[in-house]
Amino acid sequence: MRCLKEWPVKAVPAAVLLAVPLVWGNNYILGVMVTVAIFAVAAAGLSVLMNLAGQVSFGHAAFMGLGGYAAAVLAVNYGWPPLLALAAAPLLPALAAGLVGRPVLKLREFYLVLATLAFGTLVHLLFNECRAVTGGPSGLSGIPALKVFGFVLSSEREFYCLTWGVALAVLAACRNLRRSPVGRALSAVHESEEAADACGIDTASLKLKTFVFSAALAGLAGGLYAFYISFVSPSPFGFHASVQLVLMAVLGGSAAWGPVAGAAAVIFLSEFLRWAAPLVLPGAGAECQIVVYGTALVIITIWKNSGVWGRVLCRLPAGKGGKEYAAGSARPL
Amino acid sequence: MSAGQVLQLIFSGLTTGSIYSLIALAAVLTYASTGVLNLALGEFVAWGALAAVSAQSAGLPLWACAAAACAACAVLGVAVERAAVRPVAGAPPLVPIITTLGASISLRGLALIVWGTHPYALPPFTGGGPLLVGGAALPRQGVWVMAAAALVFVLLAAFFKFTRAGMALRACMLSRTGARLVGISPYTALTWAFAGSGVLGALAGVTVAPLTLATYDMGFILGIKGLVAAIAGGMHSAGGAVLGGLALGLLEAFAAGTISSGLKDAIALSALIALLLVKPQGIFGTSSRKM
Repeated sequence: MRCLKEWPVKAVPAAVLLAVPLVWGNNYILGVMVTVAIFAVAAAGLSVLMNLAGQVSFGHAAFMGLGGYAAAVLAVNYGWPPLLALAAAPLLPALAAGLVGRPVLKLREFYLVLATLAFGTLVHLLFNECRAVTGGPSGLSGIPALKVFGFVLSSEREFYCLTWGVALAVLAACRNLRRSPVGRALSAVHESEEAADACGIDTASLKLKTFVFSAALAGLAGGLYAFYISFVSPSPFGFHASVQLVLMAVLGGSAAWGPVAGAAAVIFLSEFLRWAAPLVLPGAGAECQIVVYGTALVIITIWKNSGVWGRVLCRLPAGKGGKEYAAGSARPL
Repeated sequence: MSAGQVLQLIFSGLTTGSIYSLIALAAVLTYASTGVLNLALGEFVAWGALAAVSAQSAGLPLWACAAAACAACAVLGVAVERAAVRPVAGAPPLVPIITTLGASISLRGLALIVWGTHPYALPPFTGGGPLLVGGAALPRQGVWVMAAAALVFVLLAAFFKFTRAGMALRACMLSRTGARLVGISPYTALTWAFAGSGVLGALAGVTVAPLTLATYDMGFILGIKGLVAAIAGGMHSAGGAVLGGLALGLLEAFAAGTISSGLKDAIALSALIALLLVKPQGIFGTSSRKM
């Protein structure tokens, strides 16, 4: 961020970039960009949790799924107006996060990884097993089109405007959060919980609030996803999606534009692989994507940890300096 | 529920529990000696089972298949260590977790490319019908599984207690700096621990394949359950890992037999969450150890 200081300098190219697909994009490009925006919303929440507060969640796709199912069930089974159902989507994941958050966030490091991973897998299992509510593995279809004040969103172009509007608002909110006293308190928690405690920060409640906030954003993304696809099933909300979200948050770093950059990198990569894999290996499909994801996760983590990534990113608008990662890797085994 | 049914559930619980114990022992081997939580462990199990199937279809006798699978997974373990763990040695503990997770995703994808989605069967080690004990049936392969877990437990406990290499690994666990000061290389320890956990994972895969069929994606949930067992055992003790595995197997068997078999995995995951919340140092662990 320090590279480009002035607001208009960033806002104008961004607006131009965002307008390009609107003017020239076909439905495929618009669809990919809508997916990027939706995942950027979820990644923004996870980024606050991971990059700012220093906690980790390998079950965030479950919150996305809870939001998606909440919106779908309210709109389909209870006949709620779509906009109201979308607005209610973050509530269920926020509630779930509030219930599991306090005990789970007491855990650190790999215990936290395992607990969130288990939570995510458990919720994913429940999506499959609670057939009466979720429709089981075949999912819920027939989600009505989103209506905003009497205006029906049906085309990709209209969804593009809505999702990017939401994504930009969320990014701005997260940026403000980062610069607020709460954000600084969260950075303190990231650095050292004991020190933050000693400074009079209520770390447990702060971590819980952050967890609930990030779960609510994931739920909002899930609700947008449900209305965009007009169908929800358990498969997009499994462990793989949780890993994708972590990858987005890690890739994006803590810059304001990080979640969009991370989401775009991951989704462009998977679209590219879908196109390129059959050219290299005839008949290849999802398996090549999985291999490349895993390898990307390893390489990016090693790079980030060695500080190379940090130094590269510092030259770009996204990312923070490599100093702390380099310091982390200097510790003896 | 009759006594025979209860005994049947105990048999099936002990059989699956022994598999979890084997995987938990592999987890303890790497965690206790190097402090690395290896999330790619389940893939060693899947690759071991699938490699044994391939060796068997190439016409090798069954013992040679098992040996080949163990050797292949030892190499795989070292490969994971070199590619994903050693480059981040000394980083915060979360970093190797993410890299081994990435390695496990890649390995699962590679297994899908090599073996496809088809489930493969491996013949039981010894033929013949199940043993009938007190009105309950115990498949002969179940006896093999339990014997393998018991043998590995004894060998591993003896290795840690009596051999020079085992003591060196324990020294790394107690204090890495201290181990370095007396000339033990933590990097060598890392390599050997991963090779060993590859062998143990392969052994679990080879012994479980005749019971459940081998598929490319069998590793994820088996790895998680092995970790649940290892955490229940306190992450540091071989005996705890075995008891944790058996307890998890019995819990699952009784839950599946009395509540619903569809929720079997959900019960294991709930047990993990409950355990982490109530007693993160493990049922058999002591809180004085470094967590």
